[in-house]
Amino acid sequence: MSVLIIAEHDNKSLKPATLNTVTAATQINADVHLLVAGFECQTVVEQASQVAGVTKVLVADNAAYEHQLAENVSKLIVEVADGYEHILAPATTTGKNTLPRVAALLNVAQLSDVIKVESADTFVRPIYAGNAIATVKTTDAVKVLTVRATGFDAAASTGGSAERQVLSQVIASDRSRFVKEQLAESDRPELTAANVIISGGRGMGNGDNFKLLEGIADKLGAAIGASRAAVDAGFVPNDLQVGQTGKTVAPDLYIAVGISGAIQHLAGMKDSKVIVAINKDEEAPIFQVADYGLVADLFDAVPELEKSL
Amino acid sequence: MKILVSVKRVIDYNVKVRVKPDQSAVDLTNVKMSMNPFCEIAVEEAIRLKEKGVASEVVVVSVGSKSCQETLRTAMALGADRAIQVEAEDGLDSLSVAKLIAKVAQEEAADLVIMGKQAIDSDNNQTGQMVAALLDYPQATFASEVVIENGEAQVTREIDGGLQTLAITLPAVVTTDLRLNEPRFASLPNIMKAKKKPLDVKTPADLGVEVGSNVSIVSVTPPPQRAGGIKVGSVAELVDKLKNEAKVVS
Ligand SMILES: Cc1cc2nc3c(=O)[nH]c(=O)nc-3n(C[C@H](O)[C@H](O)[C@H](O)COP(=O)(O)OP(=O)(O)OC[C@H]3O[C@@H](n4cnc5c(N)ncnc54)[C@H](O)[C@@H]3O)c2cc1C
Ligand SMILES: Nc1ncnc2c1ncn2[C@@H]1O[C@H](COP(=O)(O)O)[C@@H](O)[C@H]1O
Repeated sequence: MSVLIIAEHDNKSLKPATLNTVTAATQINADVHLLVAGFECQTVVEQASQVAGVTKVLVADNAAYEHQLAENVSKLIVEVADGYEHILAPATTTGKNTLPRVAALLNVAQLSDVIKVESADTFVRPIYAGNAIATVKTTDAVKVLTVRATGFDAAASTGGSAERQVLSQVIASDRSRFVKEQLAESDRPELTAANVIISGGRGMGNGDNFKLLEGIADKLGAAIGASRAAVDAGFVPNDLQVGQTGKTVAPDLYIAVGISGAIQHLAGMKDSKVIVAINKDEEAPIFQVADYGLVADLFDAVPELEKSL
Repeated sequence: MKILVSVKRVIDYNVKVRVKPDQSAVDLTNVKMSMNPFCEIAVEEAIRLKEKGVASEVVVVSVGSKSCQETLRTAMALGADRAIQVEAEDGLDSLSVAKLIAKVAQEEAADLVIMGKQAIDSDNNQTGQMVAALLDYPQATFASEVVIENGEAQVTREIDGGLQTLAITLPAVVTTDLRLNEPRFASLPNIMKAKKKPLDVKTPADLGVEVGSNVSIVSVTPPPQRAGGIKVGSVAELVDKLKNEAKVVS
């Protein structure tokens, strides 16, 4: 039996988290199918067909799917679900919005944020903000999972040549309507795909001071992240939040500036390869996970760091 | 308009979690328990809608053992009008919980169901979406702003790329994100008053729902610990370490 993955995309390009999900799927079964539901998403379909390991791409290209509303996409997935024993999506806000609906319609459980595949029916996922790791087994006929990108390497984006199947059913959502979107625009790498991240916390003092981090981000090709406190205080927008209820990241280098290291923040970044903390309080819990801790006032240390890189 | 809010009793977010030596679960004996923070935000939003005159009644529901009545009393002290406990073992899986909450929403004819986006114990982030699917209601998850107008909810949602606004027709399900509001604290007089507010107890059988799950826990283990790091004395030393020891900066 094949594995069905719901592709993450914005109608223009396939998002990297899909590639990590493909790797998780290949560990379950070698036959991996991708569903691209969107509108005027031909380039996404092209990209999806080339992903190594993907054997078939299901295409639902219609205005009804432009914003990938959970109400209709979940019904579409259920219509094509026949014959799949596993349905996966990246554990992004899109995947988390839709897959639980799919599971409920199929009358099965949904497992969130899977970080490891033990076997076709046994999976590993963090609970309690990553302070415990649960291994769970499911005997449901269809296993519905969201996959945490940091748990799996990305599949190669080229090398495959999947066949395509066009889906003709159009399922509209008459009770849910897209109004508008304010998407962050940035030339920097996406937070969840970046090799280097520099994050600021409440210690930054205000939004303007985040500019201090930009110089370093420019030099290191880094993405900029933040703690919840920095987002709540309005220093930076919500899409920068790293943590239990924000984004999960695992870059090669994570630099935490003026962040105390609450468990909810650590939950989102403690799998980073190398962690640096700059904080003026030597007792700050962030130092317990930092490979390199610098006790200093960030307003001295950050400009100096920028100069010496 | 009637609002149903679901609240879950969970380990307090400040508590350091410990795994039981037999690796069967997290140790919850003698641990401080509180209302799930996202549910506090859900209760607050419902009460504000009532204070604005948009909602006429706020009903809270919790699925769990008797101890979740404490959480329901807290919600009533914050301003909810009445409560329903669905008596069940703690730790029921999300689909069962969703079936029970969906049934209560139907019986109550709630126009809006507000739930937390995530319970901070299971970190599932799925029950609200399941309730919406079971009732075939539209949903707006991860809400940071809710405006009710003309039988519709305009909801701003926190998504990975930024913010998205949806308009959903009532009845509907909304799940709360952190920035939706800042929950109030219960005053002592309100805590006293809450003791007299009605609290109904129902069983899954009363609701005609069969609970159960095909998912079983194989083990619960502590996460791998990071090897302790070092403190560096200066920015120069830090840069040297990053370049020559960790080799993450060239
Ligand atoms: C349900 C729930 C979910 C949550 N989810 C998340 C989440 O996803 N992500 C998240 O980050 N948090 C989350 N939190 C919040 C978390 O508990 C903390 O409140 C938050 O992470 C604190 O952010 P902070 O470290 O920036 O602020 P603080 O804890 O206030 O720390 C600021 C730090 O800056 C240092 N500092 C101040 N000035 C300077 C200076 N000049 N130079 C150097 N250092 C300085 C201080 O010493 C301090 O350590 C959540 C909380 C709850 C209840
Ligand atoms: N046992 C429960 N009783 C009441 N509400 C619950 C229960 N479990 C989950 N919920 C609701 O569903 C939300 C999301 O939980 P979860 O999907 O488990 O992360 C929570 O914030 C609650 O509002």
